[in-house]
Amino acid sequence: MTRRNRRLLALPLALLAGFCLWQAARPAWAQSLVADLSSHLIAITTGFTGTDVVLFGAVDGDGDVAVVVQGPEGEVTVRRKDRVAGIWMNVEDVAFARVPAYYNVAVTAPLDGVVPPTVLQRHEIGLDYVRLLPEKAKLPPEKLAEFRAALIRNKQRAGLYTTEVGEVSFLGQRLFRTRIFFPANVATGTYTASVFLIRDGDVVSAQTTPLLVSKIGFSANVFEFAQRNSVFYAILGIMLAVTSGWLAGIVFRKS
Amino acid sequence: MQIYLPIAEISVNALLILMLGGGVGFLSGLFGVGGGFLMTPLLIFIGVPPAVAVGTQANQLVGASVSGVLAHWRRNNVDVKLGCVMLIGGAIGTGLGVWLFGLLQKLGHIDLVISLSYVLFLGTVSSLMLTESVRAIVKGRGVPVRSKLHHHTWLHGLPFKMRFPRSRLYISALLPAFIGFVGGVLVAIMGIGGGFLLVPAMIYILGMPTALVAGTSLFQIIFTTGLAAFLQAVGNQTVDIVLALLLLVGGVIGAQFGTRAGAKLRGEQARALLALMVLAVAVKLAVDLIVRPEDLFSITLPVMT
Repeated sequence: MTRRNRRLLALPLALLAGFCLWQAARPAWAQSLVADLSSHLIAITTGFTGTDVVLFGAVDGDGDVAVVVQGPEGEVTVRRKDRVAGIWMNVEDVAFARVPAYYNVAVTAPLDGVVPPTVLQRHEIGLDYVRLLPEKAKLPPEKLAEFRAALIRNKQRAGLYTTEVGEVSFLGQRLFRTRIFFPANVATGTYTASVFLIRDGDVVSAQTTPLLVSKIGFSANVFEFAQRNSVFYAILGIMLAVTSGWLAGIVFRKS
Repeated sequence: MQIYLPIAEISVNALLILMLGGGVGFLSGLFGVGGGFLMTPLLIFIGVPPAVAVGTQANQLVGASVSGVLAHWRRNNVDVKLGCVMLIGGAIGTGLGVWLFGLLQKLGHIDLVISLSYVLFLGTVSSLMLTESVRAIVKGRGVPVRSKLHHHTWLHGLPFKMRFPRSRLYISALLPAFIGFVGGVLVAIMGIGGGFLLVPAMIYILGMPTALVAGTSLFQIIFTTGLAAFLQAVGNQTVDIVLALLLLVGGVIGAQFGTRAGAKLRGEQARALLALMVLAVAVKLAVDLIVRPEDLFSITLPVMT
């Protein structure tokens, strides 16, 4: 099979793959792209202050590489304040369903103008194309845009969404790597790192790798205990407080 | 030294938390207030989610109050009978407050209600206290306001009159119970002991001797904060035991020094200082409510279930 033929075959398949890959983390369907993470588990221990994960891989042939890492999805409510009787209070809210808790994107070269928006939209490459849908479908577009921008802005302020597109650097012709930072306030759950090979304005190959963020050790035990045995946890907490208060009282009486 | 808080899910500097606990603990011992009105906003400021700040603070206040009460107990400055009557109202208020907290959180108005209550309660109470104590200081050297005790108002006509020998009071049991009730609501909603409100209320409404007020309010606060911490931990899982422990270690030590320093301070001077401090917090929060926020939009994650 010539390379030209393979490329022709790849185009329609990419459309299919783009859809499939979001459903499950599968191994690469095409051999033109391989990627992996330096670590598949981010352990949140007591000393956790955020961490870097290196994503590296190799491509077969030329093209641009885009890396999208996103975190566990959940509902987020965006509230707008307005002045009511002189004070600022929440007057309006829009609930977004399935908002990724974390979003990070890195590319080898700027994609705007090179890749059509529909392609970026389909693969959610770039903050402008992240799928953020309100729970209630009926919403004027300008309002939706306003709340969507506010959601992204707030997430960026918390350090959970990228403020600018990161850089994927090539080492020679085929090897590439990028560094993804996870801040200390990162949510626990399953993340996906998706790597896209973009050629002639379309995604020709993609690969998704799972990444788990989990509490480990002491902090995991405490969290688990608080959730499962909340009554005992509550009593323990109060006893701890009473004991330390009482101890301090005893110690200080003698001095 | 950074430490990850398992429930708050953020990483904080352990030394900073210890110092915050110590500083606030000192003031709490000095004035006989829980110090929650300073600590809760501070915790939220360093990035602790408000719900976790309130829940953890309630837990922390239990320890701080125990430590504070011990010092007052040794000086025989606790009116247990009056404290127990306040507690009945306090328990009801706490239960109602925890329920209200959940409701307001769902409606998205919890931050506003917290700020408004701070401004309203703290502003009013501190202004009243400040004028009174300044007047007392100016008038000169603590003339006991004995005559006020016999100044009869409608408050003295309420039923269920009870004798409180330790405080030398003969008043309706409804009064301390109601003060306790308001304190209980504040514990649950604002994550504060309510001391800043209880202390002046006990002085001005009940007419209690100033020496007994700090100990008795702390005595009562142990139980209302204990109940609030329990309800928050069981209902909302918002008590961070690691954060509470750090605050406690700093807090109980600070409170001991505070109580000692408090013994050297004259009543009206302590009240004037407390009033100034509370007023500062109230003014800061009022300004925040009036000044246009940097970003009109904010996001909230769904309440943990």
